[in-house]
Amino acid sequence: MPEDSVQYGEFMQRDRTIHPPAYTPQYKTSVLRSPQKSLIALQNSLSEITGPIFRSDELGPLDHDLIMNYAKDGLPIGERIVVHGCVYDENGRGVPNALVEVWQANAGGRYRHKKDSYIAPIDPNFGGCGRVLTDRDGHYVYRTIKPGPYPWRNSVNDWRPAHIHYGVSGSGWAQRLITQMYFEGDPLIASCPIVRTIPSEAAIRQLIAPLDKNAAIQLDSLAYRFDIVIRGSRATWFESTVSDDDSMQRE
Amino acid sequence: MVNQLSYFKESASQTAGPYVHIGLAPHAAGFDIFEKNFSNVLAGPDTKGERIRIEGRVIDGSGTPLRDVLLEIWQANAAGKYNHPADRQKKPIDETFRGWGRACSDFETGVWAFETVKPGVVTGRKGRPMAPHVNLWIVARGINIGLNTRMYFSDEEKANAADPVLNLIEWEVRRKTLIGKREERGGKIAYKFDIHLQGPEETVFFDV
Repeated sequence: MPEDSVQYGEFMQRDRTIHPPAYTPQYKTSVLRSPQKSLIALQNSLSEITGPIFRSDELGPLDHDLIMNYAKDGLPIGERIVVHGCVYDENGRGVPNALVEVWQANAGGRYRHKKDSYIAPIDPNFGGCGRVLTDRDGHYVYRTIKPGPYPWRNSVNDWRPAHIHYGVSGSGWAQRLITQMYFEGDPLIASCPIVRTIPSEAAIRQLIAPLDKNAAIQLDSLAYRFDIVIRGSRATWFESTVSDDDSMQRE
Repeated sequence: MVNQLSYFKESASQTAGPYVHIGLAPHAAGFDIFEKNFSNVLAGPDTKGERIRIEGRVIDGSGTPLRDVLLEIWQANAAGKYNHPADRQKKPIDETFRGWGRACSDFETGVWAFETVKPGVVTGRKGRPMAPHVNLWIVARGINIGLNTRMYFSDEEKANAADPVLNLIEWEVRRKTLIGKREERGGKIAYKFDIHLQGPEETVFFDV
């Protein structure tokens, strides 16, 4: 459960300039799936400030160990890595008890999913998903196999850089975020149409995890560090005296 | 130079991709890896309130239902209280009801569903009551950042007419895109709620 010291409140407005717009024709699937009308701006109510709280007893002991959580008769093939980092809010505070869910392809770039028909084989000892709750400082860690890059049909020769998908859930509904982690030095990042949906170079760099040799397990696994930032509460020292409906159509 | 603000920047969103199910709903996708699984069933046998099913499809700009979409809902209990420490309304928490669920669309038909209870009225900003509603969050391949919307209930006409969020939508004709339609099926209550990503019936999505 979150610490008593956690302060709940309305979130700062989302900075949409760092996020991909809905319509990004270079990523073709977005064309028919992007809303065309403007989002309606909503000031936070309890519906957005609150959100599901997860408990550690809902997770199993191997949920954060992708090397072992699907191992059947041996270990999965590929580079053994530890991935760790902190979930921060925009105020720079670690977010305790955030649910971090990850999923990925195996070392050959193949997902254990019935819709994935890539020629690289399924690894009988690798599932490719895990989850972990952050500790009181917002830190999380899991270990896995480094995923491989893979081709996908967007243009005929588009390749996804190696990546791990993340779902992050903080204490409030409005903080919910899905993103992807990339690996330092991957030459495919620069040309990936999905990466390129992000309009800001700084925001792209924020999704690239550096090698963190200090966190490696000696003679066993390398490590990468991936910090994530989700939305933070805004200051509410004074309450607005303007009614919410008042200035609705003032431009 | 001026003082530098020290806020952190939110991490950029990326699409959930075509394989979101193995990560967020492996069990529903027929993949047994976790002992305990999150599900689309929110209400337990002892949960208070009217049992309802919320069911729908997410439809793209060609009229085709998405068959690879994942949805989450977040809602108050039957008394209109969120199971969360920030909700300080003087109403009872229902210990059997977290108020959160996750569903994948059917891989063939695109239909998704939640089994839950109908939420009560929650007090909104400036003390104004919000009509009963569930909050939805939609992610899929081709959706670059999760979409937030709400479903209200067709049998709550009076409360809906006074709802501060519905009234914020300038175009009255668009408000009906947020109303789930009540149906009775063999004594069971279902609300039908199709979400349109584009077109003349495009659902209202919120920047929360």
